[in-house]
Formats: sequence, structure tokens, C-alpha cells
Amino acid sequence: MIAESGHYALVLALGLALIQSTVPLIGARLGDVALMNVARSTALAQLLFVGASFVALVMLHVNSDFSVANVYENSHSMKPLLYKITGVWGNHEGSMLLWVSILALFGGLVASFGNNLPLSLRAHVLAVQAWIASAFYLFILVTSNPFLRIANPPIEGRDLNPVLQDIGLAVHPPMLYLGYVGFSISFSFAIAALMEGRIDAAWARWVRPWTLVAWIFLTLGIAMGSYWAYYELGWGGWWFWDPVENASLMPWLAGTALLHSALVMEKRNALKVWTILLSILTFSLSLLGTFLVRSGVITSVHAFATDPTRGVFILLILCLFIGGSLALFAGRATSLKQGGLFAPISREGALVLNNLLLTVACAVVLFGTLYPLAMEMLADFKMSVGAPFYNLTFAPLFAMLLLAVPFGPMLAWKRGDLLGVTQRLLAAGVAGLVVIAITWAWVRGGSALAPLAIGLGVFVIAGAVTDIVERTGLVRLPFATVLHRARGLPRSAWGTAFAHAGLGVALIGIVCETTWNSEYIATMKPNDIAHVAGYDLKLDGLLQRQGPNYREMIAEFKISRDGEALTVMAPSKRSFTTRGSSTTEAALLTRGASQLYVSLGDATAEGAIAVRIYYKPMVLLIWWGPVLMAFGGVLSLSDRRLRVGAPKPARAKQRLQPAE
Amino acid sequence: MTLWFVFALMTVAAIFAVLWPLGRGSGAQDQGSEVAVYKDQLAEIERDLAAGLIPAPEAEAARVEISRRLLAAAASEPAMAPKSNLKWRRVAAALALAGLPLVAVAVYMPLGSPKLQDFPLAQRQRGSGMAQSLENLVVQVEQHLEKNPTDGRGWNVLAPVLERLGRFDDAVRAYRNSLTYNGESAERRSDLGEAISAAAGGVVTAEAKTEFERAHALNADDPKANYFLGLAAEQDGRKGDAATMWRALLAKAPADAPWRALVQSSLARVGGGTMPALSDETIAASKDIAEGDRNAMVRGMVDRLATRLKQNGDDVEGWLRLVRAYLVMGERDKAMGASADARQAVAGDAERLRQLNEGLRTLGVDG
Repeated sequence: MIAESGHYALVLALGLALIQSTVPLIGARLGDVALMNVARSTALAQLLFVGASFVALVMLHVNSDFSVANVYENSHSMKPLLYKITGVWGNHEGSMLLWVSILALFGGLVASFGNNLPLSLRAHVLAVQAWIASAFYLFILVTSNPFLRIANPPIEGRDLNPVLQDIGLAVHPPMLYLGYVGFSISFSFAIAALMEGRIDAAWARWVRPWTLVAWIFLTLGIAMGSYWAYYELGWGGWWFWDPVENASLMPWLAGTALLHSALVMEKRNALKVWTILLSILTFSLSLLGTFLVRSGVITSVHAFATDPTRGVFILLILCLFIGGSLALFAGRATSLKQGGLFAPISREGALVLNNLLLTVACAVVLFGTLYPLAMEMLADFKMSVGAPFYNLTFAPLFAMLLLAVPFGPMLAWKRGDLLGVTQRLLAAGVAGLVVIAITWAWVRGGSALAPLAIGLGVFVIAGAVTDIVERTGLVRLPFATVLHRARGLPRSAWGTAFAHAGLGVALIGIVCETTWNSEYIATMKPNDIAHVAGYDLKLDGLLQRQGPNYREMIAEFKISRDGEALTVMAPSKRSFTTRGSSTTEAALLTRGASQLYVSLGDATAEGAIAVRIYYKPMVLLIWWGPVLMAFGGVLSLSDRRLRVGAPKPARAKQRLQPAE
Repeated sequence: MTLWFVFALMTVAAIFAVLWPLGRGSGAQDQGSEVAVYKDQLAEIERDLAAGLIPAPEAEAARVEISRRLLAAAASEPAMAPKSNLKWRRVAAALALAGLPLVAVAVYMPLGSPKLQDFPLAQRQRGSGMAQSLENLVVQVEQHLEKNPTDGRGWNVLAPVLERLGRFDDAVRAYRNSLTYNGESAERRSDLGEAISAAAGGVVTAEAKTEFERAHALNADDPKANYFLGLAAEQDGRKGDAATMWRALLAKAPADAPWRALVQSSLARVGGGTMPALSDETIAASKDIAEGDRNAMVRGMVDRLATRLKQNGDDVEGWLRLVRAYLVMGERDKAMGASADARQAVAGDAERLRQLNEGLRTLGVDG
């Protein structure tokens, strides 16, 4: 009953989506309010039915109903409750259901909170959402149906891939999907604008919160995925330039560019056509990511099952939406009115530079991801494009971007004064140089570029601080005034500062970790001592323990530093009988932002065990950075005020100079 | 019946979602407009100016710009007199009333299984409705042992059942556990040896032979160990030794031992069945024949395994067994060929590929 009701609810959602994708469009053409409002109620009903369908699947997993093929293949009655729930999206079918649930959620949000939208715009947006939804409902029902049944249910399930039996699965996919799918809203807005033939600053004001929400979740989702890979895979790596990771990085880069260009559009009514194109590209890259991950083109932990029909179906959806939207763009873009003008050196100019660098970086990643795939398919030639390629291409682009970041927010709208900004950033620059000098003098070994990169990170952070100091007048005004101005400062300004500082923080973490990490790999017997980065790790002994659906071997290490005992670390190796596979559970010891990382290899017959020990200085900064960025995003999102970019009047320039 | 009732209710709710806005009048609607956004922006400038966030000249410039946009927007704002188009509303209503249920039924019927009841774990454990098949019983015992791995009696019960079900590798593991938790005995050792050779496709491997030798050391009269040690000798080509061992076994065997016939036929196979008085030539000939027979038997088994794997390549264990059999038969080329095929067959599944590679490494087929 639960299974079949969930199945039927999904079918009804498809029916509703089909109505939602046509009737409101007719209504908008005829100017009929009632027909346009159908979009709203169907979007909400769709959310209700998809939600019910998703809840049904969760219940089936929790109840271990193995008469449902999806539950049988991916669950086990002895799995802990949390993993029974997260296992719902730990497989292809369930994760697609989560995808459409989130799509319906965003549709429902537009329907319920879109009161400030013009009626026809809302009708168009929801209709476009329904096209996407219909395509994916069909995809799920036809090729990846999670509600298919087994007539003679087996007594026990096949269990979830052990690597996925982790708290990370509860957080990473939903966050990432909220990000991916969230960009569908800006896509729908862009298509709606093209169809209506109208676009203006007001459009950007309506799109902004949706883009921002998607961006925040995508940022956190990527960071979470990276941290998960770091602690679960047992190699201490946090980014592999793996196609699946790139698939999430590309929408992030395009989405970040979109965020900034939409800002120019809202505040200055410029860059309109470009913003529309970016909206389309960002969601197209999200779809491409879904295709790469879900079609089985790439073999990885994310490709749960490979089935050619799925690949072809998603490819079809991909071509339809990307091709269709770009064709629409090509046809209609010329009819859109061009917006305001600005001088090359201005806030707008800086944001154009930002967009340029981000899109080129995105193109580089796209090339690095697709080229090996194309080579493999066309020339039957296996190759991998890894860190060396990206270090040569992506890294310099990002270095340029970071160098420019502090300048952006300090330039005036319309026409800026680069020299003045440089003077005001002098303190930040000096801070960066001092840090470079100190790092150079203090550390031994590593790349010569590392201190420079750290200096760059410090410059970005100091630049963000300088911006806030300038705006509040911290140095030159009395404290009470400063406090007043700080309170009056738009939260979006604080958000900018936090997000930009987050970039610098992440950069410092990345450079420190990659340059100065130390590693120790050996086979240890009980009572052996390993010395890594000043820490002494004594292997106390190995013990066996029985978990709910696995057995684990735990190695206990006593950690001490300079003779002072710190703690006990207990990495383990779990073996799961049902799938006949094992996972390594690394043990982490956090000291400040640095971490000591111990993971186990195979045990030998003589009671010794292979051990990998890493010391990773400042590694946590890599993830604190994105968290700061997301926090900046939340601040900016909470700022409900309208954004106005007051232009610097040409005449007033002379008069204003002394006051600065 | 309840299910169809629920379906009907859900369909009605979906139809209602479409009809509801259609039924409502198209009075003045609450909606946003461009003009409103620009007006808000103007208000925003005043607030920023009052808070001292932007200097007066910039505020003035912004005000001018926005006012210009406001005028343009007000001029281009379509005069949206709410129109109502009764014809199209009827079409939409018809679409919802007829189209929605039609689409739902047309999509659901071929995919769904409305006759199938739910089957949650709780209901299953009560044991109602489902025949307790052997497989299910095995799963229950396995679950029990997963939680209580030191229950020797459980392993003892499980192991022969697994062997009968053809899950030889699991049986080997179960026998090993049984040995660990029940202690040494000749019987258990030889059972383990039998499972190991069954897993190897009937070949008494060195590993299996070790087990039989241990059993023999514990109890020199253990019939299974003696039989298999003979078989090992036969497979090594030492027919004479095999015959001697089996003859000794038959001599000591009780008259009604169920395995008598098996040993006798084996003895006949190695040519030690009836008369020792045969010319060397005949012995040599029969040796060849017997060798041929045995090879044919083993080869038949291996071929069957190979065919099965060709149809369904997912079975990593099966592939390993095939490679091992080729190795035992001394056909290294075929073993290499089979391992290449195996890699190709499981290439899509990283986990299986890893298992396969590990297994191949332990067999000594490349690294």
C-alpha cells in the first residue's frame, strides 16, 4: 500500500507537471488570470505529491520492505536507522527521486513566496520549471523507477555500499542537489524573460535570492563532499580533479559568475544579456553534471549502476534543454534592450573581469573533464587529466582573480579611481608582503611559490577587512559614529566581506596542506612507535569489535608530543559481510586548524598492520573558507533591502577627493 | 480495495488543484511589478542617504537614473486589464477532469503492481504468509551468526547446508569457524577439505590436501580423509598409491557403510579393483584411459563453468574458481585468458574489480 501509493503519487505529479507546463503559458498569452494561477496551485500540488512519494520511499527503506526492488538492492534490515534513511538517496533511483523532490520544492517556494512577481512572469517561470520536472519524472518512471516490486520478496537485502554508510551521505547529496537544482530557478527566470521579451533590473532583483540560495547550498555541498572524501577514503586527499568533482565545480564557477553579474544587473541595469546567458549556462552545467554522474559514463563511487538506456535518456534531456534554451537565446537575445554604460575602470568593470576569469576557469575545467572522455570514446585512448594540468591552467587564473578581488568592492560604480583604491589597499598589500617575508624566513622546503600564495591569501583577507574599515570609517571617525555606521551598513556589504575573506582562508589552507604535509607509511607491530611532525604515535594493540552490520578491527594509538600524552586515536577497518567489502575509518586528531590523520591498511599474518599517518598543517582552513563564504551568502540573503548602485557623478569627482 | 480508494482520493485532490484557481474569479490580483521595484529602490536611496551611507551627490545621481527607469517601465507596462477567457478555462478544466486520470492510469498500470501487498520486516518476522524456504532459513541462521560469531553449533549446522546449496566458499568459511569455535576433530578437518576441493571444482588442491592430512593425523581411520587423500594421489598421477589407500579403506570399512560403492568405483577407475595380475602394457593403457576419463570429467565441469560465466559475468567467485581450475590443469594460457575476460566482465563495477584483482593476486596470476 505504501509502495503503490508512493508510485501513484509520482505518476500524478507527472500529470500535474504536464498541465503546469502548458495551461499557464496559454493563460499568459491570453492574459487570463485564472489560467495563469493554475501554475501556482499545480506547483504546490506537485510538491505535495512528490513529497508524499519521497516520504513513501523513506518509509519503505525504514521498514525494510524488500518487496521493493530498490530497498532490496540497497538496504539491509540490520543497518542503523540513520543509514536506512540516507540509503534512500544512496542509490541511483532514490537520488533521482530526491532530485525531483528538490525541484518540486523550489517550484513550490516560487509559487508560495512569489507574490512580488508580475503574474505573467510567475506563470512563465513555473511553466518552464514544469518542463524540466516532466522530463525528469518521465526519466524516473521509465528508466529508474524506485517503486518496482519483487513478487517473491527475499528475506534480506543486499546492503548499501559500505563507503556510503556514513553521516556524510545524510548531508552531502541533499546540499549538492539543493545547489544544482536551485539554479533551475534562475534558468527558468531566464527562459521566461526570453519568452516574454522583457528584462530589466527588477528581473535581477527577483532572481537574486534564488541564485544566492542555490549558490550557498552548492558551496556547502562541495565543501562537505570534499571533507567526506578526505576522511572516508583513507588517503587524506581532499580534491582529486575527478570528473565527478569537476561536475560540481563547474556550476559553482558559473554560478559565482552569475551571482556577480546579476548584481551589476540589479544595481546598474547593465550586463543584462550576459546575465541571461550565464543563467542558462549555469543550469546547463548542472544538467551536464547530472548526466556525467548518473549516466555511468564515469566509473566512480557516484555511479551506482550503469545502464545505457539511462545515459541515452539523460543525454536526450540534456540536448533538449541546453540546445533549446541556447537556440531561444540566440533568437531572442538581440531583441532585449541593452542596459547602462560604464567606464572600464569601475565596479562594473571589476565585475566583468571577475566574470571573465570565472568563465575562463570554468571552460578550463570543462575541457579537462570532457577531453579525456571524448578521447576515450572516439579514439579508444585512455588518459587522465589531473592536478598538473589544472596547476598550470586553473591556478594562475584563480591567482589573478584573487589579486583582483580586494579591488572590486572598493571601486565606485560607473567610474572608479584605481589609484585611489590602490592607496587605500596599501595596508592590506603590506600585510601580504610581511607575511610572505615571514613565511620565507620561517619555513624550510616546499615550493617557492607557496609563501607568495599565502601572502596572496592574506592580501585577500586584509582587503576584505579594509573594505569594512573604510565603509564604517573605523580609523578616522569617533567610535560611536563607527558603531552607528556599522549597524547601518547593509548586511550584503558584510556578506561580501565574509565571502571574499573565505576565499583567502581557503587558499591559505590549500597551500599549507599541499606544501608542508608530512606522511609516514609503514607496517607497525604492537608497541611500535611512529614519529610524525613532532608527534609520537605508539600502536597499543589491535582489537576486534562487532558493529550492527559489520565487524571491525580497531588499532589503538597513544599519541604524545614531547613526552606529554595527548589522547588515544582509534582508526579501524570495517568489513561488511553482505557486500563482502571493507572500508577504512580514519581517525582524526584536530589541533587548531591542523590535523593528524591515521588510517589502516591490511593486516599481515604476524599481527602487524600497514598504517598510513599524515600530518596536515592548516588543513581545516580549506573547509572553513567555504563555510565563511556560505555565511557571507546567508548574510547577503538575509538583507531584504533593494540594491542600488549609486553611480559616481563625473562632475563631483574633484569635490569628493579630499573627503576620502 | 483500500488501495484503489486511496488512488481515487489522490486523483481527486490533484484534479482539485487544477480546478480551484479556475473556479475563482479573476478579480484584482496581488502582484508585483517593475514599477513597484523602482519605487522601492527610490525609497532605499533616501534611507541610505539618511544613514550617511552614500554622499548626497551620488544619491542624487542614482535618483535621476532610477527615475528614468521608472518612467520607462511605467510607459511600457502592459495595460493588464484582467481578461477572462471562458473557452480556454473550460478546456483546462476538461484537461484536468479527463486528461489527468487518463495519463495517471495509462502510466501507472504498466509499471505498478497494485495487487502486491507491502512486506515490511516486522510482518515478515512473524512468518505469516511466506513459506520458510531453505534460503530464508539460511539467511536467518547467517544473521544470527553475524551477531554471535562464536556460536560453534550454529556454524556446524550452517556449513553442510551451504555446501549443498553450492555456496562452497561460504561453506569453507563456515567450516573454518566451526573448527575455531568447536575445536579440532578429524571429521571437521576433512569436511573443510571437502568444501575446499568442491570450491576448486573437484580438484583436491594443496590447501585441501593439508586439511585431509591433518584429519588423517588426528584419526588415521577417518574414511573421508582417507578417500580424499587417495583422490589426491590419483590426481597427482600416483595411481598405485591411490589404489593402496582405497583398498585399505575398504578393508576396514563396515559392510553397510554408505560410501562403499563410491570407493569401489574409484578403485575400479584406477585399475586396482579386481586383479593385480595384469601385464605392464595393460596397466599402462588403463592408466591412460583413466587419465583421459578423469580429465574429461574435470574438463566438462570447467567448460560448464566457463559457459555460465560467459552468460553472466558478475560472479567474481566463479571467475576465480575458473582461473584456479585452469591453473591446476596446468593451462596457464587459458588461465590468463580467463582472467582477462573476467576483468572485462566486471570492469563496470569498481568494487568487484577490486575483489577480482585481489583474488587473482592470491592465485599468482599477474599482479
